[in-house]
Amino acid sequence: MDYSAWLVPLLLAFTAIFGMSRGVNVYEALTKGAEEGLTVLLRILPPLVGLMTAVYMLRASGIMEPVAAFLAPLLARLGIPAETAALLFIRPVSGSGALAVGSELMAAYGPDSYVGRVAAVMLGSTETTFYTVAVYFGAAGVHRTRYAIPAALAADVAGFIAAAFAVRVFFH
Amino acid sequence: MVAVSVAYGFVNGTVGAVGSAAMEGAAAAVELCLSMAGVLCLWSGLMSVMNASGLTEALSRLFRPLLGRLLPKASRDPETLAALSGNLSANLLGLGNAATPLGIRAAQRMAAGCGGQASDELCRLVVLNTASIQLIPATVAGVRAALGAENAFDILPAVWLASVLSVTAGLTASWVLARFWKK
Repeated sequence: MDYSAWLVPLLLAFTAIFGMSRGVNVYEALTKGAEEGLTVLLRILPPLVGLMTAVYMLRASGIMEPVAAFLAPLLARLGIPAETAALLFIRPVSGSGALAVGSELMAAYGPDSYVGRVAAVMLGSTETTFYTVAVYFGAAGVHRTRYAIPAALAADVAGFIAAAFAVRVFFH
Repeated sequence: MVAVSVAYGFVNGTVGAVGSAAMEGAAAAVELCLSMAGVLCLWSGLMSVMNASGLTEALSRLFRPLLGRLLPKASRDPETLAALSGNLSANLLGLGNAATPLGIRAAQRMAAGCGGQASDELCRLVVLNTASIQLIPATVAGVRAALGAENAFDILPAVWLASVLSVTAGLTASWVLARFWKK
């Protein structure tokens, strides 16, 4: 068994003991948090139905193959699997869209495959950039965002390359 | 997306497959949500226990010196610093609902008196928030568990490495661009 197998049980035990030592009603806090998890789920389900439908249709039409083939040389240079091409474009724009594309990749190639793992790490290490930029600058009343978007996109590109790299380092 | 797939399916002779894929996709979305519900709720619960135990505050205290270096001007104002460190630690724990209001409060204070133009520090704060620094990506782990991954959380070290590299790249890019970009 590898070390990451220890992570979940240890984290669960640590949180429970730490909470109790601080006099927290652990069970109550847990159920309250779980309830929040459920509201998150309810919020992502409706867009996911629409988006997964579209993603499955797109895949079935066969259009992904020529697009991936077109981008393959560039992506190969960056060490990114061409299968994840669609994820790269949708990730900064739509969170639920990225979840739909990523889940479809994990389902099609298997969650423990190279492509499936890269998709998961990409989802886990990047954010919905344009949404976040809009929320923060919108709330702060800033219209001249200067270099924030190019810098944030640089972080995304680095995240994609790093995701493929990290999966190769740790698994393959 | 739908129009493109129907059009291409027509040309490619796969329009029948496109139709059945639509039904499959809709069903898969609900199936996925149902089967990841347990993992997602469990981790949300876990994070809420950590939050209630004061871990968020402890992390916030830990971040203050770091923020003093990263955003020196904003950190001089104690209220902004409190919001910033809360934003960072909530992000780390994946408490998106807590992180965003705190980050917005900090951003509003930092943007005050700048006449609608983003300062270098505000750009850096936004870049920090657009790069995910979440320690435990519960949603992704939930999807992996739902699809029958052997160990849904075995991607964590890879996620951390990728996150660190991505944040570093974002901050480096901000630093480089700040020298060329006109005010």
